[in-house]
Amino acid sequence: MSGSNSVPIRSAPLNRPMGPRGGPGHRSLEKPKNLRKTLIRLLKYFGPYKLHLVLILITTALSSLAGVAGTYFLKPIINDLTKYIGHKSPDFSSLIRTLFIMGAVYAVGVVSTYVYNRLMLIVSTGTMRNIRIDMFRHMQDLPMRHYDTHTHGELMSLYTNDTDTLREALGRGISQLTTSLFTVCGVFVMMLILSPLLTVLVVVMIIIMTLTIKKIGGQSAKFFSKQQRDLGKINGYIEEMISGQKVIKVFCHEEETIEEFEKLNENLRSSACSAQTFSGILMPIMGNLAYVNYAITAATGAWLVLLGYTDIGTIASFLQYTRSFSHPITMISQQFNTLLGALAGAERIFEMLDLPAEEDDGFVTLVNVEVSPDGTLKETSRKTGVWAWKSPVGDGTYVYTQVKGDVRFNNVTFGYSPDKIVINNISLFAKPGQKIALVGSTGAGKTTITNLLNRFYDIDQGEILYDGIPIKNIRKDDLRRSLAMVLQDTHLFTGTVKDNIRYGKLDATDEEVLRAAKIANADFFISHLPHGYDTMLTGDGANLSQGQRQLIAIARAAVAAPPVLILDEATSSIDTRTEALIESGMNKLMEGRTVFVIAHRLSTVRNAKAIMVMENGEIIERGDHDSLIAERGKYYQLYTGMFELD
Amino acid sequence: MLKKLLPCLGKYKIYAILAPFSVIMEVALDVLIPLVMAKIINVGINGGGGLPYIIRQGLIMILLACLAMAFGAISGRFTALASTGFASGLRTKIFNKIQDFSFANIDKFSTASLITRLTTDITSAQMAAMTVLRIAVRAPALLILTSAMAVRINASLSVVFLVAVPILALVLAFIIIKAFPRFLVMLGKTDKMNSDLQENLIAIRVVKSFVRRDYENEKFEFSATELQDAQRRAEKLLILNMPCMQLAMYTCMIAVSWLGGKQIVSGNMLTGDLMSFISYTSQILMSLMMISMSFVMLVMSKASLTRISEVLDEIPDINDDEADPELLPQDGSIVFENVSFSYAKDGNNLTLENISLAIKSGETVGIIGGTGSAKTTLVQLIPRLYDVYSGRLIVGGHDVKKYKLKTLRDAVAMVLQKNELFSGTIRDNLRWGDKDASEDEIVEACKVAAAHGFVSSFPNGYDTDLGQGGVNVSGGQKQRLCIARALLKSPKILILDDSTSAVDTATDQSIRQALRGSHRDVTKIIIAQRIASVIDADKIIVLEDGKIDAVGTHEELLNTNRIYKEVYESQQKGVA
Repeated sequence: MSGSNSVPIRSAPLNRPMGPRGGPGHRSLEKPKNLRKTLIRLLKYFGPYKLHLVLILITTALSSLAGVAGTYFLKPIINDLTKYIGHKSPDFSSLIRTLFIMGAVYAVGVVSTYVYNRLMLIVSTGTMRNIRIDMFRHMQDLPMRHYDTHTHGELMSLYTNDTDTLREALGRGISQLTTSLFTVCGVFVMMLILSPLLTVLVVVMIIIMTLTIKKIGGQSAKFFSKQQRDLGKINGYIEEMISGQKVIKVFCHEEETIEEFEKLNENLRSSACSAQTFSGILMPIMGNLAYVNYAITAATGAWLVLLGYTDIGTIASFLQYTRSFSHPITMISQQFNTLLGALAGAERIFEMLDLPAEEDDGFVTLVNVEVSPDGTLKETSRKTGVWAWKSPVGDGTYVYTQVKGDVRFNNVTFGYSPDKIVINNISLFAKPGQKIALVGSTGAGKTTITNLLNRFYDIDQGEILYDGIPIKNIRKDDLRRSLAMVLQDTHLFTGTVKDNIRYGKLDATDEEVLRAAKIANADFFISHLPHGYDTMLTGDGANLSQGQRQLIAIARAAVAAPPVLILDEATSSIDTRTEALIESGMNKLMEGRTVFVIAHRLSTVRNAKAIMVMENGEIIERGDHDSLIAERGKYYQLYTGMFELD
Repeated sequence: MLKKLLPCLGKYKIYAILAPFSVIMEVALDVLIPLVMAKIINVGINGGGGLPYIIRQGLIMILLACLAMAFGAISGRFTALASTGFASGLRTKIFNKIQDFSFANIDKFSTASLITRLTTDITSAQMAAMTVLRIAVRAPALLILTSAMAVRINASLSVVFLVAVPILALVLAFIIIKAFPRFLVMLGKTDKMNSDLQENLIAIRVVKSFVRRDYENEKFEFSATELQDAQRRAEKLLILNMPCMQLAMYTCMIAVSWLGGKQIVSGNMLTGDLMSFISYTSQILMSLMMISMSFVMLVMSKASLTRISEVLDEIPDINDDEADPELLPQDGSIVFENVSFSYAKDGNNLTLENISLAIKSGETVGIIGGTGSAKTTLVQLIPRLYDVYSGRLIVGGHDVKKYKLKTLRDAVAMVLQKNELFSGTIRDNLRWGDKDASEDEIVEACKVAAAHGFVSSFPNGYDTDLGQGGVNVSGGQKQRLCIARALLKSPKILILDDSTSAVDTATDQSIRQALRGSHRDVTKIIIAQRIASVIDADKIIVLEDGKIDAVGTHEELLNTNRIYKEVYESQQKGVA
């Protein structure tokens, strides 16, 4: 589980129940809370496959009934044969006819089996794809708050564990369940036709079998959920310990770690063993109960033949039927559990899909404009590099305001949770092109200010104006497009260096990418990489140093070239000497832009137009570097704290 | 591979032997039942044996079934014992193995991949073990015993199987061989989709702030569709199994009915025998089907088993082989003698080159250098997290290789750049440094690390639960707790690898001051970005590109070293 960045730490209340809900391989025998609702919702995903489903129903019926019917032919065959035993010139014509019919029935069965499997494959994979895509799309729309309160593991397990069980249930479970049901029904009807008397015996046996399943299944379910809990615990432990393996090494903590591990492992082994035992003995017990049934039926049947109530052919087919009875019944009971588990997973997926998406009541949009000689703005689809806010007036016309980057906070108050205010009645302004610095100790609320500006969170009180427009009126996408952020934790994507820089502007040309890299002073090290700009980055840019990754992130912001730039500890992992080297580039990048710089390394913020010193969610000092130094306040203390020479 | 994995059974080995045995017993008993049934028909009905005979044979059949049931239940229990015992043994073995890994070994596999191997892959290995014990024994046993019975009843009729079984076996084998590579492709696509997803989750702030939702959606849609297609391609073949098997079974039934029927009419076969023969037909072919299914499962788990054995095969490249168990470091002195180091163990690709350096016990040493100048690499050699490539590293008077790893690392406390705290209380985490630490010692260490203040401000103080990965404290607080944890080891050498980067300057200063007071005899090595953090060190090392550029005090370096001067000036600017 990757570490969280600065915001969630404060938003997460202490003692929040953590721990993974279950690591990989998590699979449980749980029941959905609202079966009907979940089922109906799931059925909607089958919408595009209505025809497929109808065909699947027909072909599964054909496939299982063909098997059932085929067995019935044993009766005429055996009876035919018995009739001709010892004949010098037996008449095989009726036997041949029966065999042909049997062959035809079986052929239908084989073809149907193939067809339903093929259709089911299309339906299950397609449905899974659509569910996954829906989940992903919705996830992109979830508010930041959701990500702060849920671990990546929790979200990932929806895609891995829950979709996997669902897929298995859809792929195999449904068709097995239906074929088993059809077979049981078909066999039962045939038995009744062949010999109602013997069927009574079978029914008694079925009751015994069902009771056995219930008893063993109940035990098995109990231990299965214990196994799942234990598995979740040990996987959580493994995840945490392996992630911290280097710390374990440094502290020689191997033995203690192994000791704890063995405890969890033994717990898992014992519960897993009980669970597997019960599920493992179910099959042989059921199978052999069927044999007991077979024996009783054979003996009783033989007796009935002796008494003349029935014929050998009937007994032959009937016995085949008793053999084919137990398997589908066991199947049904097992698949039913899988299905319930899958539905519980589906329910969790739907719960996520039902989470409210980020709210956006914004109506002001960002458009490209041309400035006419008389100063009026004209909307255009051409990429002019000049942007304007387009606000509807109400009578169908629009007002255009050129984007300048004027940002004002008026008496803003905000808390991640209502009882804990993080930003307390803050007012500040940044005129277009100004560099504003926020400094202060960890937890003072610096990052929160930027989170409010790009509306990762909405403010509780006060207002934030952007070029005079309240930001809550601006469409979130357009608002964010007008701001570029370089964050403390740099995240890169799998792909080439070029792709990663281009993330700031998808249609950037190679020249633009190169220019941006030069501004960030990243060009130097990039051209030394094995494949230069085409070097593949994997695992969040694991092959680069933290500082190099930050340079790429700066280049990414540079290529986006928005009017407002937010640098949140953007250079914290770059040593000050390199930082000095890229300073000119950074200055070029900041030129003509409104910039918010967050840093606790004060050398970074010296040349800011205004420096705000924050503490406990309030601005306690503001001014430029010289005036703050002269003031001999908190800023002076922080600044000289670096250089105490005693 | 099997040879390596089998010992994981440990004390459950006996069950792994008994389980197949009881399966075979169960199958053998089951196979006898249709034979008895044939007797009922042949002797009881057609042969004039009458009711008493039928009842006697009926009871024999029930007895056989009950015995089989008992063996079946026993095999179920033994299988569970063996397969879960195997999984548990395997888990322990891998986990212990990883505990022996050096940093280089861990780097090679990556943390994420080790986690998958220990969780997902083991679960699938357990499934494989169960399949082998349950199906892979039962099916061949059923195949062989049933065939034997069929031959006994009517050898000439068994020719049907002689034709059908090899054909079906070939077809099933063909399907599996064809499907295997496609399954590998599918697994690859699954990995790809999951890694896309994880990347997106980690970088969600970037995605949102650049408004790249549509782009990300498209990317994911592409991988989800690719996965769907790969799945269809792979399973398209596998679903042929069932119809092929049905085709073979039905064809055999018809052939047996026809050929057997003719024999009955001519008096060469009894009706009851034909009936049991038909019973056996479905069993023989069913067992083939089971064999093919278990192959599929084994094949699917093969990838997992391979990944597991890769871990088991890895040789921990740092060990106690040359160690003298009695040897203890005398003091906190450190000497680098012409040390070079390469992550790739390649002399042409050196990360550190010809480092020679002597640090006296109790000295405070600062290390300054640009990003990528190998500062971290240098200090990681001291507790022998990596081995030197060439040259010699002497700690406390002896070559590091002469100490037992535990002895050496107990003497060297290191606070890593990437700090990790573990779930549990603050106290639990601090006790990593010293599991018997008293309350006073804990508080003392926290005071030095400037952590006591914020810890006592928590409602639960030292009993505050940190949550997984220490999510309930801020970055700076985490760093301070990590320093306290290291101090509790009462080390001879303390290494702080950029460990106060998230701590504000005032606190940083107070930590250094406290350290100077309370840990006078401890050699302190401080890697820092800020000159301020090392300004009062006895010795400052300037690293550049894996080489020592200069060593000296602040004043000396300021006057003589260009790099140091530049760094200083870049931080100094503006202080009037």
